[in-house]
Amino acid sequence: MSRQTLPVIGGDAPLRAPADFGEKLAAHGLSPRAAGVEVLQVNVGKLCNQACKHCHVDASPRRTEVMPAEVAEQVLEAVRRFRFPVVDITGGAPELNPNFRRLVTESRRLGSRVMVRHNLTVMFEPGQEDLPEFFRGHSVEVVSSLPYYLGRQTDAQRGPGVFDKSIEALKRLNAAGYGRGDGLTLDLVYNPVGAFLPPPQGSVEADFKRELLARHGVTFDRLYTITNMPIRRFLEYLRRSGNEERYMRRLVDAFNPAAVEGLMCRTTLSVDWTGRLYDCDFNQMLGLGVDGSLPQTVAEFDPERFEGRMVATGAHCFGCTAGAGSSCGGAVVKS
Amino acid sequence: MSYYEEEDLGRFGEVGRHRPDLFEKFMAWYQACQEDGALSRREKALIGLAVAHALQCPYCIDAFSQSCLEAGSNMEQMTEAIHMASALRGGASLVHGVQAHNSVNKVSM
Ligand code: SF4
Ligand code: SF4
Repeated sequence: MSRQTLPVIGGDAPLRAPADFGEKLAAHGLSPRAAGVEVLQVNVGKLCNQACKHCHVDASPRRTEVMPAEVAEQVLEAVRRFRFPVVDITGGAPELNPNFRRLVTESRRLGSRVMVRHNLTVMFEPGQEDLPEFFRGHSVEVVSSLPYYLGRQTDAQRGPGVFDKSIEALKRLNAAGYGRGDGLTLDLVYNPVGAFLPPPQGSVEADFKRELLARHGVTFDRLYTITNMPIRRFLEYLRRSGNEERYMRRLVDAFNPAAVEGLMCRTTLSVDWTGRLYDCDFNQMLGLGVDGSLPQTVAEFDPERFEGRMVATGAHCFGCTAGAGSSCGGAVVKS
Repeated sequence: MSYYEEEDLGRFGEVGRHRPDLFEKFMAWYQACQEDGALSRREKALIGLAVAHALQCPYCIDAFSQSCLEAGSNMEQMTEAIHMASALRGGASLVHGVQAHNSVNKVSM
Protein backbone atom coordinates (compact mmCIF):
# COMPACT_ATOMS: atom_id res chain seq x y z
CA MET A 1 0.00 0.00 0.00
CA SER A 2 1.23 3.45 -0.74
CA ARG A 3 1.41 5.62 2.35
CA GLN A 4 0.90 9.31 1.92
CA THR A 5 0.48 11.78 4.68
CA LEU A 6 -1.60 14.81 4.06
CA PRO A 7 -1.19 17.83 6.28
CA VAL A 8 -4.29 19.02 8.06
CA ILE A 9 -4.53 22.73 7.45
CA GLY A 10 -7.36 24.93 8.50
CA GLY A 11 -8.30 22.51 11.28
CA ASP A 12 -11.97 22.43 12.11
CA ALA A 13 -12.69 26.07 11.42
CA PRO A 14 -16.27 26.30 10.20
CA LEU A 15 -16.92 26.56 6.51
CA ARG A 16 -17.57 30.14 5.44
CA ALA A 17 -20.29 30.71 2.83
CA PRO A 18 -21.78 33.98 1.60
CA ALA A 19 -25.34 32.71 2.23
CA ASP A 20 -27.31 30.45 4.56
CA PHE A 21 -28.49 27.19 2.98
CA GLY A 22 -31.73 26.96 4.95
CA GLU A 23 -32.63 30.56 4.10
CA LYS A 24 -31.82 29.97 0.46
CA LEU A 25 -34.20 26.99 0.37
CA ALA A 26 -36.89 28.95 2.20
CA ALA A 27 -36.54 31.86 -0.25
CA HIS A 28 -37.47 29.40 -3.00
CA GLY A 29 -40.34 27.93 -0.99
CA LEU A 30 -38.40 24.70 -0.42
CA SER A 31 -37.60 22.75 2.70
CA PRO A 32 -34.96 20.11 3.41
CA ARG A 33 -37.31 17.17 3.84
CA ALA A 34 -36.55 13.58 2.95
CA ALA A 35 -39.12 11.55 1.04
CA GLY A 36 -38.29 8.11 2.47
CA VAL A 37 -35.43 5.64 2.56
CA GLU A 38 -34.82 3.81 -0.69
CA VAL A 39 -31.07 3.57 -0.42
CA LEU A 40 -29.16 2.46 2.65
CA GLN A 41 -25.65 3.76 2.17
CA VAL A 42 -23.27 1.84 4.36
CA ASN A 43 -19.89 3.40 5.03
CA VAL A 44 -17.82 0.51 6.37
CA GLY A 45 -14.93 2.72 7.46
CA LYS A 46 -12.14 5.07 6.58
CA LEU A 47 -9.45 2.55 5.68
CA CYS A 48 -8.37 2.94 2.05
CA ASN A 49 -5.38 1.89 -0.02
CA GLN A 50 -5.33 5.44 -1.46
CA ALA A 51 -5.22 8.93 0.08
CA CYS A 52 -6.77 11.16 -2.60
CA LYS A 53 -6.38 14.90 -2.29
CA HIS A 54 -10.09 15.64 -2.54
CA CYS A 55 -11.34 12.84 -0.28
CA HIS A 56 -14.25 14.01 1.87
CA VAL A 57 -13.83 10.94 4.05
CA ASP A 58 -10.17 11.71 4.83
CA ALA A 59 -9.55 8.04 4.11
CA SER A 60 -6.06 6.56 3.90
CA PRO A 61 -4.05 3.41 4.58
CA ARG A 62 -3.38 4.68 8.10
CA ARG A 63 -6.98 4.98 9.23
CA THR A 64 -8.16 2.39 11.70
CA GLU A 65 -11.92 3.07 11.76
CA VAL A 66 -13.40 -0.13 10.34
CA MET A 67 -16.94 -1.45 10.81
CA PRO A 68 -16.80 -4.46 13.14
CA ALA A 69 -18.74 -7.70 12.54
CA GLU A 70 -21.43 -6.90 15.11
CA VAL A 71 -22.33 -3.61 13.38
CA ALA A 72 -22.30 -5.35 9.99
CA GLU A 73 -24.83 -7.79 11.47
CA GLN A 74 -27.01 -4.90 12.66
CA VAL A 75 -26.91 -3.48 9.14
CA LEU A 76 -27.90 -6.83 7.68
CA GLU A 77 -30.68 -7.19 10.22
CA ALA A 78 -32.08 -3.85 9.06
CA VAL A 79 -31.81 -4.99 5.43
CA ARG A 80 -33.58 -8.22 6.37
CA ARG A 81 -36.42 -6.42 8.14
CA PHE A 82 -36.94 -3.47 5.86
CA ARG A 83 -35.75 -4.75 2.47
CA PHE A 84 -34.16 -1.53 1.23
CA PRO A 85 -34.38 -1.49 -2.56
CA VAL A 86 -30.70 -0.49 -2.75
CA VAL A 87 -27.73 -1.12 -0.47
CA ASP A 88 -24.86 1.16 -1.44
CA ILE A 89 -21.54 0.16 0.13
CA THR A 90 -18.80 2.73 0.44
CA GLY A 91 -15.73 3.64 2.50
CA GLY A 92 -12.68 4.12 2.35
CA ALA A 93 -12.13 1.17 0.13
CA PRO A 94 -14.99 -1.02 1.39
CA GLU A 95 -13.39 -4.20 0.04
CA LEU A 96 -10.68 -3.93 2.72
CA ASN A 97 -13.26 -4.49 5.45
CA PRO A 98 -13.31 -8.16 6.52
CA ASN A 99 -17.14 -8.08 6.58
CA PHE A 100 -17.46 -6.64 3.09
CA ARG A 101 -18.17 -9.85 1.22
CA ARG A 102 -20.74 -10.96 3.77
CA LEU A 103 -22.55 -7.62 3.49
CA VAL A 104 -22.70 -7.99 -0.28
CA THR A 105 -23.67 -11.65 -0.38
CA GLU A 106 -26.36 -11.35 2.27
CA SER A 107 -27.86 -8.11 0.93
CA ARG A 108 -28.12 -9.69 -2.50
CA ARG A 109 -29.69 -12.83 -1.06
CA LEU A 110 -32.26 -10.61 0.68
CA GLY A 111 -33.15 -9.10 -2.68
CA SER A 112 -31.53 -5.64 -2.54
CA ARG A 113 -29.65 -4.17 -5.44
CA VAL A 114 -26.08 -3.75 -4.27
CA MET A 115 -23.83 -0.93 -5.40
CA VAL A 116 -20.18 -0.83 -4.44
CA ARG A 117 -18.07 2.34 -4.56
CA HIS A 118 -15.00 0.59 -5.88
CA ASN A 119 -11.81 2.63 -6.27
CA LEU A 120 -10.33 0.26 -8.91
CA THR A 121 -6.78 0.13 -7.50
CA VAL A 122 -7.85 -1.92 -4.47
CA MET A 123 -8.11 -4.83 -6.89
CA PHE A 124 -4.30 -5.07 -6.74
CA GLU A 125 -4.13 -5.37 -2.96
CA PRO A 126 -3.38 -8.83 -1.52
CA GLY A 127 -6.38 -11.15 -1.58
CA GLN A 128 -8.47 -8.82 -3.78
CA GLU A 129 -7.47 -10.12 -7.21
CA ASP A 130 -10.75 -12.04 -7.63
CA LEU A 131 -12.93 -8.95 -7.11
CA PRO A 132 -14.23 -8.82 -10.72
CA GLU A 133 -15.43 -12.42 -10.42
CA PHE A 134 -16.86 -11.78 -6.95
CA PHE A 135 -18.75 -8.73 -8.25
CA ARG A 136 -20.03 -10.67 -11.24
CA GLY A 137 -21.06 -13.63 -9.08
CA HIS A 138 -23.38 -11.36 -7.10
CA SER A 139 -24.41 -8.96 -9.89
CA VAL A 140 -22.94 -6.06 -7.93
CA GLU A 141 -23.28 -2.66 -9.59
CA VAL A 142 -19.80 -1.17 -9.66
CA VAL A 143 -19.33 2.59 -9.35
CA SER A 144 -15.74 3.74 -9.74
CA SER A 145 -13.99 7.08 -9.55
CA LEU A 146 -11.90 8.14 -12.48
CA PRO A 147 -11.55 11.91 -12.28
CA TYR A 148 -10.33 12.23 -15.82
CA TYR A 149 -9.55 10.20 -18.93
CA LEU A 150 -5.96 11.46 -18.91
CA GLY A 151 -3.27 10.27 -16.53
CA ARG A 152 -1.89 13.60 -15.43
CA GLN A 153 -5.12 14.95 -13.99
CA THR A 154 -6.10 11.63 -12.41
CA ASP A 155 -2.73 11.15 -10.72
CA ALA A 156 -2.72 14.78 -9.54
CA GLN A 157 -5.82 14.02 -7.50
CA ARG A 158 -5.53 10.35 -6.61
CA GLY A 159 -1.76 9.80 -6.40
CA PRO A 160 1.11 8.82 -8.69
CA GLY A 161 0.51 5.69 -10.76
CA VAL A 162 -3.21 5.52 -9.92
CA PHE A 163 -4.31 6.18 -13.48
CA ASP A 164 -2.39 3.26 -15.02
CA LYS A 165 -3.60 0.89 -12.32
CA SER A 166 -7.16 2.14 -12.74
CA ILE A 167 -7.05 1.46 -16.47
CA GLU A 168 -5.73 -2.04 -15.84
CA ALA A 169 -8.55 -2.62 -13.33
CA LEU A 170 -11.14 -1.33 -15.82
CA LYS A 171 -9.80 -3.78 -18.40
CA ARG A 172 -10.22 -6.62 -15.92
CA LEU A 173 -13.77 -5.51 -15.15
CA ASN A 174 -14.51 -5.34 -18.88
CA ALA A 175 -13.03 -8.82 -19.30
CA ALA A 176 -15.37 -10.06 -16.55
CA GLY A 177 -18.30 -8.68 -18.57
CA TYR A 178 -18.71 -5.32 -16.81
CA GLY A 179 -19.52 -2.14 -18.69
CA ARG A 180 -20.32 -3.91 -21.93
CA GLY A 181 -24.02 -3.13 -21.95
CA ASP A 182 -25.11 -6.69 -21.08
CA GLY A 183 -26.45 -6.15 -17.61
CA LEU A 184 -23.31 -5.91 -15.48
CA THR A 185 -23.16 -2.23 -14.60
CA LEU A 186 -19.89 -0.34 -14.49
CA ASP A 187 -20.41 3.37 -13.92
CA LEU A 188 -17.63 5.92 -13.61
CA VAL A 189 -17.50 9.03 -11.49
CA TYR A 190 -15.92 12.27 -12.70
CA ASN A 191 -15.11 15.01 -10.29
CA PRO A 192 -13.27 18.22 -11.07
CA VAL A 193 -9.54 18.19 -10.44
CA GLY A 194 -9.65 21.53 -8.65
CA ALA A 195 -11.89 24.30 -7.41
CA PHE A 196 -14.43 24.47 -10.21
CA LEU A 197 -17.83 22.98 -11.03
CA PRO A 198 -18.20 19.85 -13.14
CA PRO A 199 -19.07 20.22 -16.83
CA PRO A 200 -22.43 19.03 -18.15
CA GLN A 201 -22.63 15.29 -17.50
CA GLY A 202 -23.67 14.31 -21.01
CA SER A 203 -20.86 16.12 -22.77
CA VAL A 204 -18.09 14.85 -20.52
CA GLU A 205 -19.52 11.32 -20.64
CA ALA A 206 -19.19 11.41 -24.42
CA ASP A 207 -15.54 12.52 -24.04
CA PHE A 208 -14.77 9.71 -21.60
CA LYS A 209 -16.45 7.08 -23.80
CA ARG A 210 -14.62 8.19 -26.93
CA GLU A 211 -11.21 8.67 -25.32
CA LEU A 212 -11.15 5.61 -23.06
CA LEU A 213 -12.16 3.40 -25.95
CA ALA A 214 -9.68 4.95 -28.40
CA ARG A 215 -6.73 5.12 -26.00
CA HIS A 216 -7.26 2.01 -23.88
CA GLY A 217 -10.06 -0.10 -25.39
CA VAL A 218 -12.08 0.42 -22.18
CA THR A 219 -15.88 0.66 -22.07
CA PHE A 220 -18.31 1.58 -19.30
CA ASP A 221 -22.01 2.36 -18.87
CA ARG A 222 -22.63 5.83 -17.47
CA LEU A 223 -20.51 8.67 -16.21
CA TYR A 224 -21.65 10.59 -13.16
CA THR A 225 -20.35 14.08 -12.56
CA ILE A 226 -19.93 14.92 -8.89
CA THR A 227 -19.12 18.31 -7.38
CA ASN A 228 -16.24 18.40 -4.92
CA MET A 229 -17.74 18.95 -1.49
CA PRO A 230 -16.12 21.58 0.74
CA ILE A 231 -15.48 19.02 3.47
CA ARG A 232 -12.35 17.59 5.04
CA ARG A 233 -9.45 17.16 2.60
CA PHE A 234 -11.00 19.19 -0.20
CA LEU A 235 -11.77 22.01 2.24
CA GLU A 236 -8.18 21.86 3.44
CA TYR A 237 -7.07 22.16 -0.18
CA LEU A 238 -9.41 25.16 -0.68
CA ARG A 239 -7.92 26.85 2.36
CA ARG A 240 -4.34 26.04 1.49
CA SER A 241 -4.76 27.37 -2.03
CA GLY A 242 -6.70 30.49 -1.01
CA ASN A 243 -9.81 29.30 -2.87
CA GLU A 244 -12.36 28.85 -0.11
CA GLU A 245 -14.15 32.15 -0.56
CA ARG A 246 -14.18 32.01 -4.33
CA TYR A 247 -15.36 28.39 -4.46
CA MET A 248 -18.16 28.95 -1.95
CA ARG A 249 -19.25 32.05 -3.88
CA ARG A 250 -19.29 29.93 -7.04
CA LEU A 251 -21.43 27.26 -5.36
CA VAL A 252 -23.85 29.81 -3.92
CA ASP A 253 -24.13 31.76 -7.19
CA ALA A 254 -24.83 28.52 -9.04
CA PHE A 255 -27.63 27.52 -6.60
CA ASN A 256 -30.25 25.70 -8.64
CA PRO A 257 -33.63 25.19 -6.94
CA ALA A 258 -34.43 22.46 -9.49
CA ALA A 259 -31.66 20.34 -7.97
CA VAL A 260 -33.37 20.16 -4.56
CA GLU A 261 -35.95 17.58 -5.61
CA GLY A 262 -33.21 15.11 -6.56
CA LEU A 263 -30.92 15.59 -3.56
CA MET A 264 -29.38 12.39 -2.30
CA CYS A 265 -30.67 12.93 1.25
CA ARG A 266 -34.27 12.81 -0.04
CA THR A 267 -34.05 9.05 -0.54
CA THR A 268 -30.85 7.92 1.18
CA LEU A 269 -29.94 7.09 4.73
CA SER A 270 -26.29 6.80 5.63
CA VAL A 271 -24.82 4.58 8.34
CA ASP A 272 -21.28 4.85 9.65
CA TRP A 273 -18.83 2.19 10.80
CA THR A 274 -20.21 2.35 14.34
CA GLY A 275 -23.84 2.01 13.24
CA ARG A 276 -24.83 5.68 13.66
CA LEU A 277 -27.27 7.22 11.20
CA TYR A 278 -26.88 10.34 9.05
CA ASP A 279 -28.82 11.97 6.25
CA CYS A 280 -25.92 11.48 3.84
CA ASP A 281 -22.28 10.49 3.69
CA PHE A 282 -21.21 14.15 3.76
CA ASN A 283 -23.08 14.84 6.98
CA GLN A 284 -21.51 11.66 8.32
CA MET A 285 -18.05 13.08 7.76
CA LEU A 286 -19.08 16.26 9.55
CA GLY A 287 -20.52 14.31 12.48
CA LEU A 288 -23.94 15.85 11.74
CA GLY A 289 -26.36 13.07 12.75
CA VAL A 290 -30.03 12.63 11.84
CA ASP A 291 -32.61 14.81 13.60
CA GLY A 292 -32.33 14.40 17.38
CA SER A 293 -35.93 13.24 17.72
CA LEU A 294 -35.23 10.16 15.57
CA PRO A 295 -33.53 6.85 16.39
CA GLN A 296 -29.79 7.44 16.08
CA THR A 297 -28.51 3.96 15.19
CA VAL A 298 -29.17 1.37 12.52
CA ALA A 299 -30.13 -1.13 15.23
CA GLU A 300 -33.09 1.12 16.15
CA PHE A 301 -34.05 2.13 12.62
CA ASP A 302 -37.76 2.40 11.92
CA PRO A 303 -38.74 3.42 8.36
CA GLU A 304 -42.02 5.07 9.32
CA ARG A 305 -40.28 7.53 11.59
CA PHE A 306 -37.82 8.48 8.88
CA GLU A 307 -40.42 9.22 6.23
CA GLY A 308 -40.67 12.96 5.67
CA ARG A 309 -37.91 13.65 8.21
CA MET A 310 -36.20 17.02 8.33
CA VAL A 311 -32.67 16.75 6.97
CA ALA A 312 -29.79 18.38 8.83
CA THR A 313 -28.21 20.88 6.43
CA GLY A 314 -25.32 23.33 6.42
CA ALA A 315 -23.18 25.48 4.16
CA HIS A 316 -21.63 22.35 2.59
CA CYS A 317 -25.04 21.53 1.08
CA PHE A 318 -24.47 24.25 -1.53
CA GLY A 319 -22.17 21.66 -3.13
CA CYS A 320 -25.22 19.48 -3.86
CA THR A 321 -27.36 22.25 -5.36
CA ALA A 322 -24.84 24.03 -7.59
CA GLY A 323 -25.44 23.98 -11.34
CA ALA A 324 -26.95 20.70 -12.42
CA GLY A 325 -26.76 19.48 -8.82
CA SER A 326 -24.67 16.64 -7.50
CA SER A 327 -25.35 13.39 -5.74
CA CYS A 328 -23.78 9.97 -5.50
CA GLY A 329 -25.67 9.31 -8.73
CA GLY A 330 -24.14 12.34 -10.44
CA ALA A 331 -25.96 15.40 -11.74
CA VAL A 332 -29.55 15.50 -10.56
CA VAL A 333 -30.94 17.87 -13.18
CA LYS A 334 -30.70 16.28 -16.59
CA SER A 335 -30.09 18.64 -19.46
CA MET B 1 -1.72 47.55 -5.37
CA SER B 2 -2.08 46.64 -8.99
CA TYR B 3 -4.56 48.17 -11.39
CA TYR B 4 -6.26 44.77 -11.76
CA GLU B 5 -7.76 43.20 -8.61
CA GLU B 6 -9.43 39.78 -8.79
CA GLU B 7 -12.39 40.97 -6.72
CA ASP B 8 -13.08 43.79 -9.17
CA LEU B 9 -14.51 41.31 -11.66
CA GLY B 10 -17.35 40.73 -9.19
CA ARG B 11 -18.01 44.49 -9.23
CA PHE B 12 -18.61 44.56 -12.98
CA GLY B 13 -22.27 45.38 -12.31
CA GLU B 14 -21.25 48.76 -10.89
CA VAL B 15 -20.57 49.89 -14.45
CA GLY B 16 -24.34 49.70 -14.92
CA ARG B 17 -25.00 52.39 -12.31
CA HIS B 18 -24.91 54.92 -15.10
CA ARG B 19 -26.97 54.22 -18.21
CA PRO B 20 -28.25 50.90 -16.83
CA ASP B 21 -30.28 50.47 -20.01
CA LEU B 22 -27.09 50.13 -22.03
CA PHE B 23 -25.51 47.82 -19.47
CA GLU B 24 -28.56 45.56 -19.42
CA LYS B 25 -28.54 45.33 -23.20
CA PHE B 26 -24.89 44.43 -23.12
CA MET B 27 -25.40 41.75 -20.42
CA ALA B 28 -28.31 40.13 -22.24
CA TRP B 29 -26.31 40.04 -25.44
CA TYR B 30 -23.16 38.81 -23.71
CA GLN B 31 -25.00 35.98 -21.99
CA ALA B 32 -27.01 34.98 -25.06
CA CYS B 33 -23.78 34.70 -27.04
CA GLN B 34 -22.50 32.03 -24.67
CA GLU B 35 -25.52 29.69 -24.78
CA ASP B 36 -25.47 26.43 -26.70
CA GLY B 37 -26.31 27.16 -30.32
CA ALA B 38 -24.79 26.10 -33.62
CA LEU B 39 -21.62 26.10 -31.52
CA SER B 40 -21.53 24.36 -28.15
CA ARG B 41 -20.90 26.20 -24.88
CA ARG B 42 -17.58 24.43 -24.75
CA GLU B 43 -16.50 25.73 -28.17
CA LYS B 44 -17.67 29.21 -27.26
CA ALA B 45 -15.73 29.14 -23.99
CA LEU B 46 -12.58 28.20 -25.92
CA ILE B 47 -13.18 31.08 -28.35
CA GLY B 48 -13.67 33.36 -25.34
CA LEU B 49 -10.39 32.17 -23.84
CA ALA B 50 -8.53 32.74 -27.09
CA VAL B 51 -9.98 36.23 -27.55
CA ALA B 52 -9.24 37.04 -23.90
CA HIS B 53 -5.59 36.28 -24.59
CA ALA B 54 -5.55 38.29 -27.78
CA LEU B 55 -6.99 41.22 -25.80
CA GLN B 56 -4.76 40.40 -22.83
CA CYS B 57 -7.65 41.09 -20.46
CA PRO B 58 -6.91 39.52 -17.05
CA TYR B 59 -10.59 39.53 -16.04
CA CYS B 60 -11.60 37.69 -19.17
CA ILE B 61 -8.68 35.26 -18.89
CA ASP B 62 -9.74 34.42 -15.33
CA ALA B 63 -13.42 34.09 -16.20
CA PHE B 64 -12.92 32.07 -19.38
CA SER B 65 -10.31 29.76 -17.86
CA GLN B 66 -12.96 28.77 -15.32
CA SER B 67 -15.68 28.59 -17.99
CA CYS B 68 -13.51 26.30 -20.12
CA LEU B 69 -12.90 23.92 -17.21
CA GLU B 70 -16.57 23.94 -16.29
CA ALA B 71 -17.53 23.28 -19.90
CA GLY B 72 -15.27 20.20 -19.91
CA SER B 73 -12.11 21.39 -21.66
CA ASN B 74 -8.69 20.32 -20.44
CA MET B 75 -5.42 22.23 -20.33
CA GLU B 76 -4.18 20.73 -23.59
CA GLN B 77 -7.26 22.01 -25.42
CA MET B 78 -7.12 25.37 -23.68
CA THR B 79 -3.44 25.75 -24.48
CA GLU B 80 -4.13 25.03 -28.15
CA ALA B 81 -6.75 27.79 -28.13
CA ILE B 82 -4.22 30.19 -26.57
CA HIS B 83 -1.67 29.24 -29.23
CA MET B 84 -4.26 29.94 -31.92
CA ALA B 85 -4.80 33.45 -30.53
CA SER B 86 -1.07 34.02 -30.19
CA ALA B 87 -0.27 32.64 -33.63
CA LEU B 88 -2.85 34.94 -35.15
CA ARG B 89 -1.43 37.91 -33.30
CA GLY B 90 2.05 36.94 -34.44
CA GLY B 91 0.90 36.26 -38.00
CA ALA B 92 -1.07 39.49 -38.16
CA SER B 93 2.10 41.38 -37.27
CA LEU B 94 4.28 39.39 -39.58
CA VAL B 95 2.03 39.70 -42.60
CA HIS B 96 2.44 43.49 -42.29
CA GLY B 97 6.00 42.81 -43.34
CA VAL B 98 4.53 42.96 -46.85
CA GLN B 99 3.54 46.58 -46.13
CA ALA B 100 7.08 47.30 -45.07
CA HIS B 101 8.36 45.67 -48.25
CA ASN B 102 5.92 47.78 -50.26
CA SER B 103 7.09 50.96 -48.54
CA VAL B 104 10.71 50.11 -49.03
CA ASN B 105 10.17 49.11 -52.65
CA LYS B 106 8.41 52.38 -53.32
CA VAL B 107 11.36 54.47 -52.26
CA SER B 108 14.09 52.16 -53.47
CA MET B 109 15.77 52.23 -56.87
S1 SF4 C 1 -11.61 9.30 -2.54
FE1 SF4 C 1 -12.07 7.11 -2.39
S2 SF4 C 1 -10.23 6.09 -3.13
FE2 SF4 C 1 -9.65 8.19 -2.64
S3 SF4 C 1 -8.92 8.14 -0.52
FE3 SF4 C 1 -11.10 8.67 -0.45
S4 SF4 C 1 -12.14 6.70 -0.18
FE4 SF4 C 1 -10.05 6.25 -0.89
S1 SF4 D 1 -24.81 17.50 1.80
FE1 SF4 D 1 -26.18 15.84 2.39
S2 SF4 D 1 -27.80 16.84 3.55
FE2 SF4 D 1 -26.74 18.43 2.39
S3 SF4 D 1 -27.96 18.61 0.51
FE3 SF4 D 1 -26.25 17.20 0.12
S4 SF4 D 1 -27.14 15.17 0.46
FE4 SF4 D 1 -28.51 16.66 1.44
